[in-house]
Amino acid sequence: MTVTERQQLNYIAAQAADARVNLEIETEGMTLNIGPQHPATHGTLRIVAKLDGEQVVSAEPVMGYMHRGYEKLAEVRTYPQVTTLINRIDWLGSFANEVPFILAAEQLMEVEAPPRAQWIRTILFELSRIANVTLFLGDMAVQVGAITPVFFAFRDREHVLNQIEAATGGRFHPNFDRIGGLKDDLPAGWIDETRQAMRKIRSFCDQIEELVEGNEIFQARTRGIGVIPAEVGLSYGLTGANIRASGVDWDLRRDNPCGLVYDQVDWRVWTHPDGDSFARFWVRLQETREAIKIVEQLLDGIPAGPVMAKVPVIIKVPPGEAHVETENPLGVMGYYIVSKGDLFPFRVKIRSASFSNVSITPWLLKGVYVPDIITILGSLYFILGDIDR
Amino acid sequence: MTLSAMISGIGVFSELSYWQVTSIRVAAGLVAVLLVAGTLVYVHLFKIVSFMQSRLGPMEAGPYGSLQLLAEIGKFLQKEDIVPRRADRFVFKAAPFVVLASTFLLLVVLPGGPDAWFISNDLGIYLAMAVGSVSVIGILMAGWGSASKYSLLGGLRATGQLIAYELPLLLAVVGVVIQAESMNLQQIVLVQANGEIFGWGAIGNPFIITQFVGFLIFMVAMQAELTQTPFDMPVAESELVTGYMTEYSGLRFLLFFIGEFATAGVFSAIAAVLFLGGWYVPGLEPTDNLFNVIGPLVLIGKVVLLSFLIFWIRFTFPRFREDQLQRLAWKFLVPLALANIVVTAVLKVVI
Amino acid sequence: MSRLSSPDTATADTATADTATVTPEASDTPSTEAEAAAEALVERLHNAIGEAFVESHARGVTHWIRVQRDAWADLAGYLRNDEGFEFFNFLSAIDWLPSPFGRDMDSAVDNVLNPPEPADSAEPAAIETGTAGGASRFQLLARVNDVTTGRSVIAKTDLPDDDLSAPSWVPIYSGANWHEREAREMFGVNFQGHPGLRHLYLPGEFEGHPLRKDYPLLARRVKPWPGLVDVELMPEIVENQPAADAVDAGASTSEDSAAGSSSADAEGGVSS
Repeated sequence: MTVTERQQLNYIAAQAADARVNLEIETEGMTLNIGPQHPATHGTLRIVAKLDGEQVVSAEPVMGYMHRGYEKLAEVRTYPQVTTLINRIDWLGSFANEVPFILAAEQLMEVEAPPRAQWIRTILFELSRIANVTLFLGDMAVQVGAITPVFFAFRDREHVLNQIEAATGGRFHPNFDRIGGLKDDLPAGWIDETRQAMRKIRSFCDQIEELVEGNEIFQARTRGIGVIPAEVGLSYGLTGANIRASGVDWDLRRDNPCGLVYDQVDWRVWTHPDGDSFARFWVRLQETREAIKIVEQLLDGIPAGPVMAKVPVIIKVPPGEAHVETENPLGVMGYYIVSKGDLFPFRVKIRSASFSNVSITPWLLKGVYVPDIITILGSLYFILGDIDR
Repeated sequence: MTLSAMISGIGVFSELSYWQVTSIRVAAGLVAVLLVAGTLVYVHLFKIVSFMQSRLGPMEAGPYGSLQLLAEIGKFLQKEDIVPRRADRFVFKAAPFVVLASTFLLLVVLPGGPDAWFISNDLGIYLAMAVGSVSVIGILMAGWGSASKYSLLGGLRATGQLIAYELPLLLAVVGVVIQAESMNLQQIVLVQANGEIFGWGAIGNPFIITQFVGFLIFMVAMQAELTQTPFDMPVAESELVTGYMTEYSGLRFLLFFIGEFATAGVFSAIAAVLFLGGWYVPGLEPTDNLFNVIGPLVLIGKVVLLSFLIFWIRFTFPRFREDQLQRLAWKFLVPLALANIVVTAVLKVVI
Repeated sequence: MSRLSSPDTATADTATADTATVTPEASDTPSTEAEAAAEALVERLHNAIGEAFVESHARGVTHWIRVQRDAWADLAGYLRNDEGFEFFNFLSAIDWLPSPFGRDMDSAVDNVLNPPEPADSAEPAAIETGTAGGASRFQLLARVNDVTTGRSVIAKTDLPDDDLSAPSWVPIYSGANWHEREAREMFGVNFQGHPGLRHLYLPGEFEGHPLRKDYPLLARRVKPWPGLVDVELMPEIVENQPAADAVDAGASTSEDSAAGSSSADAEGGVSS
């Protein structure tokens, strides 16, 4: 019996004992509103938890406090204007939001970005993944009570944001991707600076590994907590590190890179068999390292050439339907675009990762303790903009 | 040199009755010790924490932010003192004072030198432990009186936790008391100053060496008593907002806030007295009059050291879950402390 | 490296256009492995669902499959249990009605002061549907993936205008729960067998179904689109105007731009 199994069994036994006691003395439940303004929810998610003592009887997330109706707004905007909106979906990895939309539009228009643009796209895509996930690595520690790592996360994320800013002009919302390529080429000296930034992020990963991942209390708080079996996760539509932590070896970067150049570099997909909060943290930590590897390899071989294909000035997308999904920092993000040959998309269905990732919470939070709500929500890692769209 | 001689040794006091002398000592102590030590420890901790988190910390108030405490007080005094509508007003308003009173009363038994003390009580450590427990009542009052579910959860967690860790704290002290053969803190310091470790008396006998297990238990239990990470489940910012302090604002929040730092300082002072030899430093005779001057400084130095340890742990570790920290207290610390007492008692008789 | 049928088809998927067919019968010579697999899948689906199978279309490793409404849940059950499409991707709906309001981009004037002519509702524009066809205004749309082989299916079904309802997918894919709640409030589609069809995003008393094409985007209706009024006149054009007109034009431009910025706020925190 491994350590984890024993911990899981202990946990189950403790919960069963609690349930027996509660039955005998017939305690009355209490409804606890977690949010919409609460330090544990990155934004305005509200969780209505029915408690029995410290134990959750049922929990129901309530969202919509930040619903901005992007699917409706996109119908009255031209394709280049839509990227401004969708930048704000997952605001920690904004560039990654633009890519699947642009790829879907390119697919309909039958244009392909030049190789240089594809490489830079992939680099920026991975940089925004790093910018996003480094914050998770620090934030997860805050959720279980250690304050210091998040300062390190903000400190070192700054290097990545600086690089994104240097290339695109925007730290948070680059709006850099264009149908047929990119807005601009890279500035001079950017490649070397990015290499240095990657070195800093790598040492940050080591630091997190020592400070957080190796900590016994952190492991005691996260191991065996919020276990998601693979088939349940798949049926709820969990993606990204959440499903890979349940042992599902599925990463769109490898399996369907459609338009990004992940097949040009040497990297691997990490999975973890446990499916608990610790596994999700561990997988994200490894993925950050892989992202660094990918960026460093891509920096070495950016092909020369233009960054923009020949695209008409006024973009009219031919009629048709296209769905492109990519492996975004939070999970699979896809855009289903219906075009009628107009300046505007007829319908844009945004499949955002956090929406599906969080939809598992009512199932997952049943029977856990109040502190575990926070651990589980933290480890699922959602961005409110990505839920509410 | 008797204790009564110490009081009469200072001319002015000989005219006054006991309660007047004590009041004067306490008032003077509060001003002299708290303001200086508090500001010092506070800024020291802020700077240390900022260094750990790779930021600058307070920089604007005074040179290098040394007057930050005063700035905080000034800021919080301006804020509105909000009482939730359905709160139990009296209980809600009184709670921070109960917590702070518990902290300040702890100071009373602390000796700062051979003649520099507030009261000398033969039940000193007993009094300290009893007074220290009063803060539980204040926290429960705050948790219950706020009429907020977060506060209630925090208050209940705090109560359960403080009661659980009171026990190892006391049991760790028992080892020291057995070895010093006294509950008087002044006496405990003198025993450490005059003691010998197996015949070698160059540094006295600080109990951290002979009572090392007791020291560890005391420090862990103290961390829990202070509700500092890894035992800060009651205030758990990420889940209970700030637990029992959630509804407080303005001055009353400041009292809790100061109480957190002050209690850390005062408990470190008790630990310093019990285990590090209090105001004594090796090299001088314990009766040397110089200790009345440098004694408090030595004590503050040791307090800074120990409180650094507390905050170092606080800003490094994540927090235990409630059931995990109860398990640690009852299944590990209490048996260990009991074993420590048995071993100490046996050795005391044998040696 | 790739667990797709072959890496070549994966890249071809993005680069090439719709290679496959409108109906499975029409394609006689499958040119690539993916198309052969697509045809085999469609064949099996045909056998499993029978008459309810309407139309299909394949592009790379993605299959569009349209079924009749009654077979909507059967399709999901078959895909998940027999074909291994375990991963539920999303579920939504499409309103194929051409917007009666046009794009609302042409309103260079303030619509509050000058109410626009009512849209000529006398002759509604014809409904055109997209890939894998369609027969009615509302169409359900869902996507499931097979994570081991990389295949994916986009399922569609038509909903008759007088009865906007469909069998729920929740018993088969638990993740469909929230997606169906969203489709319910945004399009007004009912799902039979859903455990709790409450509003997801919108407040409980909200009226209307915002993503329907006949639901006006009010921010656009009441204020002109800032992109149009913010256009600065080219300098040489201004020079040709008489002086008095130039002053007027300048004043009105500044007013309009102020109105424009406020209308951007009204659109629901786009700038946030």
